[in-house]
Amino acid sequence: MSQLRYLAGVSTLEFFPELCAGCRTCLDVCPHAVFESDQESAGKKVRVGDRDACMECGACRHNCPTGAITVKIGVGCAQAVFSGNAETCC
Amino acid sequence: MVGEQASPVGAVPRVTSTLGWRDRLGTLLVRCGPGRMQYLVEPGLYALHNPGPDSPVLVSANYKLSFDHLRRRLGGIDAWILVLDTGGINVWCAAGAGSFGSTNLVRQIQESEIPRLVNHRRLIVPQLAAPGVNSRLVTQNSGFQVLFGPVEAADLPAYLVAGMEATPAMRRKNFPLSQRAVLIPVEVFQNLKWLLPLLLSLGLLSWLGGETWGTLASMGALALLLAVLAGQVLTPLLLPWLPGRAFALKGMVAGLLVTLPLLASAHASPGLALPGSDFLAWPLLIGGLASFLAMDFTGASTYTSLSGVTKEVRMAGPWQVAAGVCGLLLLLVGRLPVWGG
Repeated sequence: MSQLRYLAGVSTLEFFPELCAGCRTCLDVCPHAVFESDQESAGKKVRVGDRDACMECGACRHNCPTGAITVKIGVGCAQAVFSGNAETCC
Repeated sequence: MVGEQASPVGAVPRVTSTLGWRDRLGTLLVRCGPGRMQYLVEPGLYALHNPGPDSPVLVSANYKLSFDHLRRRLGGIDAWILVLDTGGINVWCAAGAGSFGSTNLVRQIQESEIPRLVNHRRLIVPQLAAPGVNSRLVTQNSGFQVLFGPVEAADLPAYLVAGMEATPAMRRKNFPLSQRAVLIPVEVFQNLKWLLPLLLSLGLLSWLGGETWGTLASMGALALLLAVLAGQVLTPLLLPWLPGRAFALKGMVAGLLVTLPLLASAHASPGLALPGSDFLAWPLLIGGLASFLAMDFTGASTYTSLSGVTKEVRMAGPWQVAAGVCGLLLLLVGRLPVWGG
């Protein structure tokens, strides 16, 4: 069910292409294929292809070696919004 | 555990890919809620079947459901399984919370003496651990290269055969019907602490409350059950087909759907003598509560962001409260003449 999509235009994901080293790690860790690239080989910068699919899990930011990605990391869970504490979710 | 496997680091407990009846019963119970937070495996090293110095090392969490899910998918495969202490929390949630993280992983590699165990320097870490595991940091501090494996353990055999290469499809987290359905029991059972006392009170009231208020209490109990059905059973099941993207909207629609047969049967029973305002009150109450309960499912889903859920809660919350208050007022107002008479 890859067509399940959440609210558009809310993700805090930001990508700074000038910092991207083209290591492609973000392509490997993103569970929703937010990033895309034309080439199979390393060294080519990626780009954000589907920002609205971002769930702000932070896998890309955490593993980006050059700090080219920023995102306000959080758990998409109503209990966390009510309690202000992500621990109540999992 | 089926015996032990001799290795350069001593005897390692051996497991197989076959789940016993106790594992299956445990899975069933945990899927319903009880003991969910204490369903643990001992952190450390395990031998799956008969691994050797060249066998892959797979990393998992010490939530027994995660551990069982992993090994069950690895029929015929010899591997080492390194279990991190995540406090009994699953891989993805533990990665978000930091316990399935770089530091913990490096410490467990050293404690379990993985460098003396295998000839290679590669670890297969679940892709969903990436919010907690920084691959470069682990390599720097342990000498082991982190390979992010597929999202689903079911894809591991194909991933291993392909020389530890994941296809783009293996990298995507989907949320199919089967995965949504298994989450329903926990969601419903978690309600029992408020739902049971409320249902009991309404049951008592329907017994003692006389014709008007007794009927109201019975309908209230039915409405509660319908709202839970809509918000926590139908919303997960029908998620892709309910309209809108916000869970609150999906839940409200499901709530209105289950209200229709209730109103139709009430309409067909003139003996109930329901006030006309009830036909507005019940959709408001059931739709509002179902909408609220459906919002709770955002936390169990696999694709919602905190920014999105925050927006949803802020937008839908006031409407849900308003629907509840208006619904209750309408129920009372509709019955006031009876009170007076």
